[in-house]
Amino acid sequence: MAKARVTITLRKTIMDAQGQTVEKALHNLGYAGVTNLRIGKYIEMAVDGADKGRVDEMCRKLLANPIIEDFQVEIEE
Amino acid sequence: MAAATKMRFGVIVFPGSNCDTDTWHALHDGMGAPVDYIWHEQRELQGFDCVILPGGFSYGDYLRTGAVARFSPVMEAVTAFADNGGLVLGICNGFQILLEAGLLPGAMMRNVGQKFVCKYVNLRVESTDGPYTRAMQKGSVLSIPIAHGEGNYYCDPDTLDELRRNDQIVFRYSTPHAEITPEANPNGALDNIAGVCSPSRNVLGMMPHPERCTDPMLGSADGRMVWESLLGAR
Repeated sequence: MAKARVTITLRKTIMDAQGQTVEKALHNLGYAGVTNLRIGKYIEMAVDGADKGRVDEMCRKLLANPIIEDFQVEIEE
Repeated sequence: MAAATKMRFGVIVFPGSNCDTDTWHALHDGMGAPVDYIWHEQRELQGFDCVILPGGFSYGDYLRTGAVARFSPVMEAVTAFADNGGLVLGICNGFQILLEAGLLPGAMMRNVGQKFVCKYVNLRVESTDGPYTRAMQKGSVLSIPIAHGEGNYYCDPDTLDELRRNDQIVFRYSTPHAEITPEANPNGALDNIAGVCSPSRNVLGMMPHPERCTDPMLGSADGRMVWESLLGAR
């Protein structure tokens, strides 16, 4: 079994209200110099074979909504 | 009462739907219309004229709102039904499911304020061309409640142009005086959009809940306008 790791974030062109709120909270805690904070989802799963194309397809069909989200797939053999 | 109508309604019940009984009640007791429940595992929609995807939290809103319900067995039948001109109305979570299923364009994101918003809002009727709003006056304002955490409608600029060109934007959040302002927007929805229909106009998605205001006793009966339009009662 291979391990697939999927990271899903809102597309760059879309305002991430949650990310902005958390970034502001970090600034309030004194962490200056924090920018472009974006919140996403992380999914991991065991898959038969290291077929990245198949996991990409899963992302397009179900795991991510391509209208608003980008995804990144990593496969570990 | 439109008891003489032949229009037959179906309310789909997904695991986690929670506005199914309100919708059934509004149609059955409020409008005297024939209405049945449709379990999400059903694969046939024969005998129905209008199928409603009710509000709620189908599949716990896991992954994304509507993302899992969109693959429920009944959804293939809903798509075929819509393709054949059948009336499909998605309310709140039902709207989210229709977006995920690609039966309507766009996507829902978290409310801009990050909060679940449950309150009456004012809606300006943008289009009366279609079965859901034909009893209404264009530009009039309806008072109908919303209750959602993910009602921040989004689509890309090309899609927005297309929606405008085809008169597919049916409801927008407004002030009581029909002005479209940022303050009247409860969730950050693009262009204050509260409801959109398909190009063929037989599929409508709306975030507000008409089934919650079908009787004046509940604070507003403006939701009746949707059912009256459908039943052709006016």
